[in-house]
Amino acid sequence: MSSTPVTATINEDQVEFLCQSDQTLLEALRDVVGLTGVKEGCATGDCGACSVILDGRLTCSCLVLAPEAAGATIFTVEGMAGPDGLHPLQQSFLEGAALQCGVCTPGFLVAAKSLLDRRADPSESEVRYAIAGNLCRCTGYDKIVRSILTAAEDMKKAAEEKEKV
Amino acid sequence: MTTTIAPPTTTEANPGYKWVGTRPVRHDGLDKVTGRARFGADLTLPGMLIGAVLRSPHAHARILSIDTSPAKAIDGVKAVVTGADFPMLESEAGEGGEGEVDFRDLCHNIMARDKVLYEGHALAAVAATSRRAALAALAAIKVDYEVLPHVIDVEDAMMPDAPVLHEDMITAGMDPAPETPSNVAARYLHERGDAEQAFAGADVIVEREFTTKPVHQGYIEPHAVVADVAEDGRAMVWCSSQGHFMVRTYTAKLLGWEPSRIKVIPAEIGGGFGGKTTVYIEPVATLLSQKAGRPVKVVMTRDEVFRATGPTSGSKIRFKVGARRDGTIVAASGWLAYQAGAFKGSPVELGVMCMLAPYNVPNFHLEGFDVVNNMPKVAAYRAPGAPMAAFASETVLDEVARALDMDPLEFRMANAAEEGVKAVYGPRFRRIGYRETVEAIRDHPHYSEPLGSNQGRGVASGFWFNFGSVSSATVHINEDGGASVMTGSPDIGGSRASMALMAAEELGIDVYRITPIVADTESIGFTDMTGGSRVTHATGMAVIEACRTVVADLRARAAKIWDVDVDDVEWVEGRAQHVEGNHPPLTTEDLAETSARTGGPITASASLNARGAGVAFSTQVCDVEVDPETGAVEILRYTTAQDAGRAIHPSYVEGQMQGGVAQGIGWALNEEYLFDRQGVMENPGFLDYRIPVASDLPMIDTVIVEVPNPGHPYGVRGVGEVGIVPPMAAVANAIHDATGLRLEELPMSPVRVLAAISANGG
Amino acid sequence: MLAGDGDRKVYAGATDFIPQLRMGRPEPDYAVDLKRIPRLTGLRLVGDTWVIGAATPSIRLTEEETLVADLPGLVEAAALIGSDQIQSRASLGGNLCNASPAADSVPAMVVNEGRAVISGPNGTRTIPVASVVTGPGRTSLAKGEFVVEIEFDRPPARTADAYLRFIPRTEMDIAVVGAGARLSLDEEGRCVSAAVALGAVAPTVVRVPAAENALVGRPITDSALEQVAAEASAACNPIDDKRGTKEYRRQVAGVLAVRALKLAASRAANSTR
Repeated sequence: MSSTPVTATINEDQVEFLCQSDQTLLEALRDVVGLTGVKEGCATGDCGACSVILDGRLTCSCLVLAPEAAGATIFTVEGMAGPDGLHPLQQSFLEGAALQCGVCTPGFLVAAKSLLDRRADPSESEVRYAIAGNLCRCTGYDKIVRSILTAAEDMKKAAEEKEKV
Repeated sequence: MTTTIAPPTTTEANPGYKWVGTRPVRHDGLDKVTGRARFGADLTLPGMLIGAVLRSPHAHARILSIDTSPAKAIDGVKAVVTGADFPMLESEAGEGGEGEVDFRDLCHNIMARDKVLYEGHALAAVAATSRRAALAALAAIKVDYEVLPHVIDVEDAMMPDAPVLHEDMITAGMDPAPETPSNVAARYLHERGDAEQAFAGADVIVEREFTTKPVHQGYIEPHAVVADVAEDGRAMVWCSSQGHFMVRTYTAKLLGWEPSRIKVIPAEIGGGFGGKTTVYIEPVATLLSQKAGRPVKVVMTRDEVFRATGPTSGSKIRFKVGARRDGTIVAASGWLAYQAGAFKGSPVELGVMCMLAPYNVPNFHLEGFDVVNNMPKVAAYRAPGAPMAAFASETVLDEVARALDMDPLEFRMANAAEEGVKAVYGPRFRRIGYRETVEAIRDHPHYSEPLGSNQGRGVASGFWFNFGSVSSATVHINEDGGASVMTGSPDIGGSRASMALMAAEELGIDVYRITPIVADTESIGFTDMTGGSRVTHATGMAVIEACRTVVADLRARAAKIWDVDVDDVEWVEGRAQHVEGNHPPLTTEDLAETSARTGGPITASASLNARGAGVAFSTQVCDVEVDPETGAVEILRYTTAQDAGRAIHPSYVEGQMQGGVAQGIGWALNEEYLFDRQGVMENPGFLDYRIPVASDLPMIDTVIVEVPNPGHPYGVRGVGEVGIVPPMAAVANAIHDATGLRLEELPMSPVRVLAAISANGG
Repeated sequence: MLAGDGDRKVYAGATDFIPQLRMGRPEPDYAVDLKRIPRLTGLRLVGDTWVIGAATPSIRLTEEETLVADLPGLVEAAALIGSDQIQSRASLGGNLCNASPAADSVPAMVVNEGRAVISGPNGTRTIPVASVVTGPGRTSLAKGEFVVEIEFDRPPARTADAYLRFIPRTEMDIAVVGAGARLSLDEEGRCVSAAVALGAVAPTVVRVPAAENALVGRPITDSALEQVAAEASAACNPIDDKRGTKEYRRQVAGVLAVRALKLAASRAANSTR
């Protein structure tokens, strides 16, 4: 198989890279682009550690062939903190002790962001099902779920404040 | 959006401590929420090759020949190794954290020699310029096998006609020693009094037989290593493990090298739970790198993780308890057989020692058997050996309580071990908090909440020893007055924060002025593994001791500057103060600035072998709802109480408690190794090896009990492991409460639950 | 393109295909991504027919409110194919052509009498979804053929569908048993027509005419449903495997068929169309 040049928008930057046609997007992001915040836990779409947002949809990057990324917009954990600082989810994960070993954390943050982008005010059950594709073996999910709910509340409050101003 | 890290808040009433017991944001947290943190697979070096391992497709076979020449001929292949490239080691016991390791067995486990002993057993490895070339090379290696009969089930493996894995295995602990080899590596006996006679005096006797299956630790990060052997023969090994000194010792041993040739750099570790307390690919990558003269990265696939690492034992357990009508346990007896996997060393003796430890039992006879079988060699898994034993004992005790018409918690209180009681496993207990955990559950609103139809409630308790062992720490006062705190303990779930909190407490400076560092094997003294719930206790003691030495030094420096007696200098809230107030106080910053004039940089190290580990108990309550038509069990509510001795960082104590419960619930309901008739694992992936997902679980309420451990300056007990001990019995007892059925086999999957309901007449 | 020499594998979401590719089996000469063909990745209402591109991600179905109102069971089935991450990739066409006996969307497509529009070197043909899968991993598609779209007629009044499956966890599992149901009721609540299809209990999805016949012409009563359960269990031809036993599958097939029918009946009774 030959190398394919791919141009994609990754975390708001236009990025060009060469990939093998049988390479997954996960492998290309980690090994070629250098975004090692995207983790491999299973390579079969069962753990969510490699979650990215691809053209607005939450996706396991291990289930996407790298050449498919041509022209796509990709968001990874590395794009989460902005010029103003950490994303409220990152902040609430830190304060809520929502990570122990931290290897699943990037995937959870991306999945949680995808949820909050769609639904500002999720219930506990909605949060649990929205992150059911992400495995965590350390926390029992308790503090992750609480931190996502806290972030949702913080973001709602911040949005309301903004409106008042 | 904000970049500020929240100031630590004190949420627990914690008299006498300023930092201990607070919940600061962990120091490594930012790296872990931004993707910066580098785990085992995240390192890339120039010219790095990709390594891959050839694994046996057979559960048991003789290797007649291995021809690697076709692999070497493939373009891009730079090195190939087989068992013949590694030294053959004689039997020798090594320190193994939560279980002894025999280097002869380990050398055969990392690379098979004459026989493969399980499906997934490594027998060759390659390094090539690409993953594709490496996989092509593996496919090109020609192996001739003579397939042998295999055995997986523990009782089958004990049969006289079972296929024998090791021709020289004579059961230890038998008198007289058997004359013929078998798969039974050892027998362990723990007894006191006369159980047989005591049963005669019991009003109620309950006896049951239990079966559990092998389960995997299920860490999300697969094993990963980068090895780089330089031309002078010195090696850099970067990997995620529970002990980089262990990796150095074991790798050196398995290669026949001096340990000093190897520098192991600890990557962040993506979960271990005991499963990363040994080596698999580290010596292999190192040898490949030496052969190729280039760095080599080896990362296991998830499939390899399941087929070739971990799991903990499946077991067969018979357990019997006798009690008097007043609720006093008079006798207990147990027969336990644990699968060890391909080499001896199941945690059966730990199971025997733990299963009755919460209780004061005058007469018992407990017999355990360590049995080899054709599956991966078991590795430590959170309180190794205790959970399956507690599944048996805590289920039987529940049944005894019911037969006596006693509340199961009151029954446990009536027999609770306490200070001065001679533990089932030998020593007398010092101050312990078992009773307090039972009371915490009894008094929790959860325990009296009404239940609906098809719902049930179960309780169970558990015990774990907690370990001490050797640790090192170095504390250095930086020129700005902050401190670097280096230890040799990999941070698997927040220990940097605990170390920083203890250092802040001792030095009296802000926890964020402490930089906790996990140092490599050339930068810190030898430190045993992160395991046995020992880090906060043992490494914490080293940190405290080093800090105290630093404080003494700081006081001496101030005395020198002031020209006063050191005894007239106190250390108060991070400052040297003259007792009579004759001099303005000197801060760490002041003293660091002038340190060149007072004797040079301010640094102290401590290395110790921590004694006085405090034992841990947990008591838990679980509510379930059983669907009588499908056998599905839903966990409705869960509360766990655990004696932490002293919670240094309560959030991460709660996290350990919750994580242990979640793993226990997975073990209870769905997790198991499934083998086909050829002994091939059928579910080596997260699709069919079903660890709990977020929607499977409720919030897990925690009650931190603090009965200080007299063996630690702050009273710390380990908190990492005991939480996984009670859940299987708690769930089983809840299912019984809901359905009237006693399930004796794990996991209590829908198929098994429905079969039990149907057998009972629907 | 697909008719040429060499092994050519078409894929849509590729949630099963890519992991297989990575393990080195299969090794196709060409892998053809269908998601860039607009007709394959949209959904539209043409007259009274829903036309769903075969590679349309499942999550798109859940976002189409009218479709959710018309065929809630179909949408629920599609939405059960894996996690949110998988939902962005998995599709009805992929789920169908992967030909797993446990595919969640197939029983729901079958009870709704979906039609697969198939394109190939010899033109286009339309066949019932029920005749696409011929066995585990096998379809009636000829070399070079692929499914372009799947069509469903909008349901008439007082008609509704439902799909339920049993998995050991609450998410992320393959169905141990799946049951699709569709019912039409008359104004008195009597069953006018019924369809029941079971997944994961035989080499292919099975319709259960005996269960359907037990319902037609009668109100949905407990005794009728008891018969449905028995017929559904009897229609199973399951295997023992790592996900369940024969006995379990038989028993739970009856339970789920009844639960799905009850859900469909309550939806039909409340239907506003």
